[in-house]
Amino acid sequence: MTQSLSLSQGEQLLTGWGRTCPSSARVTECSSVEQVQAAIRGAGPRGVLARGLGRSYGDAAQSGGATVLNLQSMNSIAYDAEAGTITAGAGASLDAIMRAAVPQGAFVPVTPGTRMVTVGGAIGADVHGKNHHVDGTFGSHVKSLTLVDGSGEVHELTPDGHTREHFWATVGGMGLTGAVTQATFDVIPVTSSLISVDTERVNDLDEVMSKMVEGDNKYRYTVAWIDTVSPSGRGVITSGDHAPLEQLNTKQKLEALAFDPKAIATAPSIIPGGLLNKITIRAFNEAWFRKAPKSRTDELQSIGAFFHPLDGVADWNRIYGPRGFLQYQFVVPDSAGYLIRTALDRLREVGAPSFLTVLKRFGAANPAPLSFPQAGWTLAADVPAGIDGLGAALDELDEHVANVGGRLYLAKDSRQSPQIFARTYPRLSEWQMVRDALDPQGVFTSDLARRLSI
Amino acid sequence: MNDALGEPQSVLVLGGSSEIALATVKALPHRRLRRVILAARPSTARDLAVSTLTSEGISGVTAVDFDAKSTESHSAFINEIFDAGDIDIVLLAFGVLGDQEAAEADPALAVEIATTNYTGAVSIGLHVARRLRMQGHGSLVVYSSVAGDRARRSNFIYGSTKAGLDAFAQGLGDALHKTGAHVLVVRPGMVRTKMSAGLPEAPMTTDASVVADIVVKSLRKGKETVYAPGPLRFVMAGLKSMPRSVFRKLPR
Repeated sequence: MTQSLSLSQGEQLLTGWGRTCPSSARVTECSSVEQVQAAIRGAGPRGVLARGLGRSYGDAAQSGGATVLNLQSMNSIAYDAEAGTITAGAGASLDAIMRAAVPQGAFVPVTPGTRMVTVGGAIGADVHGKNHHVDGTFGSHVKSLTLVDGSGEVHELTPDGHTREHFWATVGGMGLTGAVTQATFDVIPVTSSLISVDTERVNDLDEVMSKMVEGDNKYRYTVAWIDTVSPSGRGVITSGDHAPLEQLNTKQKLEALAFDPKAIATAPSIIPGGLLNKITIRAFNEAWFRKAPKSRTDELQSIGAFFHPLDGVADWNRIYGPRGFLQYQFVVPDSAGYLIRTALDRLREVGAPSFLTVLKRFGAANPAPLSFPQAGWTLAADVPAGIDGLGAALDELDEHVANVGGRLYLAKDSRQSPQIFARTYPRLSEWQMVRDALDPQGVFTSDLARRLSI
Repeated sequence: MNDALGEPQSVLVLGGSSEIALATVKALPHRRLRRVILAARPSTARDLAVSTLTSEGISGVTAVDFDAKSTESHSAFINEIFDAGDIDIVLLAFGVLGDQEAAEADPALAVEIATTNYTGAVSIGLHVARRLRMQGHGSLVVYSSVAGDRARRSNFIYGSTKAGLDAFAQGLGDALHKTGAHVLVVRPGMVRTKMSAGLPEAPMTTDASVVADIVVKSLRKGKETVYAPGPLRFVMAGLKSMPRSVFRKLPR
């Protein structure tokens, strides 16, 4: 077989949301389980990987030289009001699901900071949202899923019973156990599409953290934004819950369940490298802190404004310019909460102030061996990739995180070492045994998997 | 796979005892390096290179036998290396200066220089390109020379092999454009190494470590051609536009 040196039809250069480390792959659209099976069985030596909307920041949804499955036309959405569940194709986005279900009084059990993720991606990365401390991850709400494994066999997996090991290896398994084609999950019943939000501006990190601990069982949704430029670690805590119908005024009640968000802007496609520099990031952090009210309760916000503010700007990842960016997200147990400040200090020292930094409390972990969340604190900071000394600083933080039993989120990772990964995911070998049963030939792989020797 | 901060995990050096290549491996960020293959004919220089890099704290440094001139062995050689795992960076650094006067007198010597520097490089370069293309990522660094920019009386046999190599590498880079695989052509001026020992120093003569730093920076930026040191680009632009009658009379 001869292959041209130049890019041929169907091949694409793929990156994660951080736009670093591209690799090329053959992208194949599949619209049925049979097509997925055929693509897996016809895979070349570089294997197969399913890719959703490409919102993982690093190299999780790309695989150089492989066949990459695009399942976006497997996007059926069926709401069963009686059972309180939604059954959706793996390619359906949470955006599409909310548009279909919110007007019928149903909300997704978990939404990450963007609606632009697919059901398959939400399961593969076992995504979490502002309600993790109460509701856990997306995977914890999945009642059943369909998986096509590395041999092209179709499995119906459930969280209990004899398929439970395969189910939990797939949840958080980063797409490496096979291709999810469909899933059924619980919904949260809602009577309005608005969120009742309490906002509080807090002047230093210790206070932010103690208030968040206090608020743990007061709110379903809570998150804090942290000013990484200010050494105090001041921040803004926003908490909320679905607003009951009674809280709406007469006009709002007329369309209580309306949901039709639109992107209000698109980032231009060419951005000079230095746009996000220390000065603009400092200005942004200052403005973001100032714009928050000192304290406000029961404000009604839209789902989009509360959960997905960045979805309002399409392609916002372009603002970091050609070098791209990464998101450093780790979790540490409550006993090591001091590492939040260590991390913020270290990032500031290397001149990597973050544009948007989010602090959140996690509840207990679920049974999935590779699922990221575990009880404690998680910090997520966006950092431009081109900063000198960033690698050494993050390696140092990785050590701290690993030493206290924490870990990094694979859906965000684009740079941890294989050693740190293996140390911080102690159930890796247990997971690998299940994966080997589902994919004995190692057909499913990704750049992330190769980089970390998963 | 390179990570988001440009840290490679694996490097293949073709011409594994080359001083410039060795300096380049040292200058590469090596926090994530786990496989460094020095491919060259067996020599004490190659053994020394393995121990030097290992003592720098670089893990997974090994040597393998490689002969640029034995082009029929190249396919199996490259396949074996890439079958064992992806290669993020390939340094194509072998080459001989040769003895210009002797080669003028004995064309067989000139053919040897041409076979190593050009034919061998074309062969292995294409095999490498095919595998980088298959894996969908990776960089090939080709060490050309300013000697290829304009043929000079004193070293035109060497210069002509570098001119050929340079043109080949540029074309290869264009063929691979947007495939995830990438070619960087480096044109060093005179570099203080074994190869140039004993020759009179030209203006802007530099050290291997300077070339190495330029290579590493250029890789990070995804550049396609670079002179080392950088300002040589302007000197060479001047020399290239000089009439032959004048150029011929320049010293050396």
